[in-house]
Amino acid sequence: MSIDMAQFHQVFFEESFEGLDIMESGLLNLDMGDVDSEVINTIFRAAHSIKGGSGTFGFSAVSNYTHVMETLLDEMRDGRRQVTQSAVDVLLGSVDCLREMLSAIQDENEIDEVSVAEHKKALEIELNGKQENSQVVDVDIPEQAANEITAIPNDSSESGWKISFCPHADLLKTGNDPVRMFRELSELGDLEVIVDLQGVPPLFDLDPEECHLSWTLILKGDVPREEIDDIFDWVEDECDLSIQVLNPLEESISIQQPEPSSVVDQAIPVASLATENPVNSEPKKGIPVVAKPAKSEEKKAKAAASTSIRVDTGKIDTLINMVGELVITQSMLSLVGEDFTSDKIDQLKNGLVQLERHTRELQESVMNIRMLPISFVFSRFPRLVHDLSSKLDKKIELKLVGEHTEVDKTVVELISDPLVHLVRNSLDHGIEMPADRIAAGKPEMGTITLEAYHRGGNIVIEVKDDGKGLNKDFLRTKAIEKGLLDPDTVLTDKQCYELIFMAGFSTAEKLTDVSGRGVGMDVVRRNIQSLGGNIEITSNLGFGSTISINLPLTLAILDGQSIAVGDETFIVPLGSIIESIKISDKMVNRVAGKGETFRLRDEYLPIVRMHHVFNVESAKATKLTEGLLVVVDGQGVRCGLFVDDLLGQQQVVIKSLEANYRRVEGVSSATILGDGSVALILDIPGLVRLSNQ
Amino acid sequence: MTQETDPQEVEEIKRGNFLQFLSFTLGEEEYGVDILSVQEIRSWEPVSRIPNVPSYEKGVVNLRGAIVPIIDLRERFNLAHSEYTNLTVVVVLQTTLKGRSRTMGVVVDSVSDVNDIDADSIQNAPDFGTKVSTEFISGLALVDERMLILLDVKKLLKLDGADDAGEDDDES
Repeated sequence: MSIDMAQFHQVFFEESFEGLDIMESGLLNLDMGDVDSEVINTIFRAAHSIKGGSGTFGFSAVSNYTHVMETLLDEMRDGRRQVTQSAVDVLLGSVDCLREMLSAIQDENEIDEVSVAEHKKALEIELNGKQENSQVVDVDIPEQAANEITAIPNDSSESGWKISFCPHADLLKTGNDPVRMFRELSELGDLEVIVDLQGVPPLFDLDPEECHLSWTLILKGDVPREEIDDIFDWVEDECDLSIQVLNPLEESISIQQPEPSSVVDQAIPVASLATENPVNSEPKKGIPVVAKPAKSEEKKAKAAASTSIRVDTGKIDTLINMVGELVITQSMLSLVGEDFTSDKIDQLKNGLVQLERHTRELQESVMNIRMLPISFVFSRFPRLVHDLSSKLDKKIELKLVGEHTEVDKTVVELISDPLVHLVRNSLDHGIEMPADRIAAGKPEMGTITLEAYHRGGNIVIEVKDDGKGLNKDFLRTKAIEKGLLDPDTVLTDKQCYELIFMAGFSTAEKLTDVSGRGVGMDVVRRNIQSLGGNIEITSNLGFGSTISINLPLTLAILDGQSIAVGDETFIVPLGSIIESIKISDKMVNRVAGKGETFRLRDEYLPIVRMHHVFNVESAKATKLTEGLLVVVDGQGVRCGLFVDDLLGQQQVVIKSLEANYRRVEGVSSATILGDGSVALILDIPGLVRLSNQ
Repeated sequence: MTQETDPQEVEEIKRGNFLQFLSFTLGEEEYGVDILSVQEIRSWEPVSRIPNVPSYEKGVVNLRGAIVPIIDLRERFNLAHSEYTNLTVVVVLQTTLKGRSRTMGVVVDSVSDVNDIDADSIQNAPDFGTKVSTEFISGLALVDERMLILLDVKKLLKLDGADDAGEDDDES
């Protein structure tokens, strides 16, 4: 019997990522002083099911790795091992590593074996403790390699070559690839590769196109010198090469005795060579991590979008009940309709009332399925704060409030990046260094609060910190300095704070990799506006600031005001309407004889004649006094829409125009009205652009 | 291939080469579209107009919850416009463009038949010069002494601006 296991892969990945999240949050919650055994148990169980699952699906790299983690966790669980901060840190690193391995498998990329080996090593060091250094070698080496080492003395009679190969930095630029050469060598005989990482510069100075590695190659077997020369023929001028006859005695020493401590041997990430690598004999802490950061970032981005959704079974049960009710109502109505007499009118009315109620409930529960608790977004922050605060040497506590607030899935997906940005900002700019905090009479430990709650039809997410707050005058000076603000402008407090949303504005004295480039806040605001929300800042100098994001609960339904222009109906998003007014001729002014403006209190606003912009021939009102002016504000663009009449407010389901058609200027999407006809939902900024043409 | 061919085999090969086309009329002309791209046939019903688009793009309708554009094929092909009557028919076409399914309705005078057409007998459309656009025509076929103009549904749907603005869009 053959079952296509691939069909279960997706489920395995989802479960594993969930398990990793559980492990992560468990590890972060571990209190060093007083360890809750239940937390350890939870972490252990998650690791265990990942191990089991990956074994079943044949992802042996993952299961082998998890096995080591599990051993460590098992000892902690049994109380044989103390839970230490270093162990927790190593485990957190392993969680990251596992996550990367899994997403690499999911995306069918190659696993970054170097970084896996690093993490595994760190785990094993933690596991075996320092006093058992000698054992580490056995655990660390894949079995074949281990056999090879023990087999060396027996092979000593065999001849071979010892090649020391130190390529110049620009070797790779000439198109020569050491890996390929080694592969050719390995075809000649038994090859062992020892790499010297001494020449590798720090990550920041590293040019990936330069070769800083050098190798000692030990080739065993009866290989003619010419064949080796042939392989190195092309690179002779670009490297320091020495080829010596292998002295069996010397060779076995070099393997069995540790290399000078500064030299760290490393596995080369090539599958064909992996098993032949003698792995370093002396474990060292603080091994330079030569993982490829750029690559792993890329992978993370790829794995982000997920199209499936996990739904609480309770929600589905409600839905099924509702559909059952609907079917009953339908059969009742058709019974009434079969031979309808006027005395059945009451029954019919009752049936219709029921039908209305059921459809409304059905709609609500279907929308409910798309709702996810905001904890999906919040859950990543404990880790972020943990990592960043240790990086910045700050002491920060993160409080999460209202994690169970439910939001639409789309909102959940799109809000997380802006939120990460805001939290990072609070961490980096908001919270002061511990010493400064004590000096300011505040507790040493800073607090960042992430809070979500419902308000009206909106969800509000707040990022609150008790840091130094925003300095209005400083912001103002900076903005003037950067040429973003005219020195004479008078700003309200609120406007001052909003300066930080301007593109190119940054107050950071120096750039860090956390924040400070002055791009970001403007992007954050734009993202939130594109979700139909807004962002506000309140701040109290010396006591902290609060950034609150106001978002619509769902992107699928919109509160709309229907307006009539001729015999056509359009929908204006209710949120963008300021007011609707009747206008008198006195209020209208013309600019250059064409552009019409009107005065609303102290402001002159342009008039957009809907029937002109959309060429509606049937429009009834052509004189401004005949119709109505709907004053709207769309992303900061204000204008008066001139329409025939207002029809009514209603919730409309947003339908894409682009799915089968194309984007239409001035229209954001479409919806279906009660009578089954299609109405267009207006895009205010687009309309203004259109009317200016 | 052997010289002796099994009659049944010949029959099968022939049937394999046959394509089915739905034929419809626009004035005096008869057109055909691949039956596999026809989703349904509906009667004309009023559409919601879309502002500032070419006149042949009549508007959009609600097709069981999806917003589907309707175009007038007469106007698209620069034929004389005719009034819509109860007999006016909308053929709903569906195809996949760039991996996305697209649906569109085209207004035609009337639907006539489904014809089996031998793929080998389809001729290339001659170049009519500048007057008549041959860009949507995939070939010509003879059915019962009548000429059937076969349309390329993908091109028909694509040039209609079904793509996102910017690519094949002629927003002037």
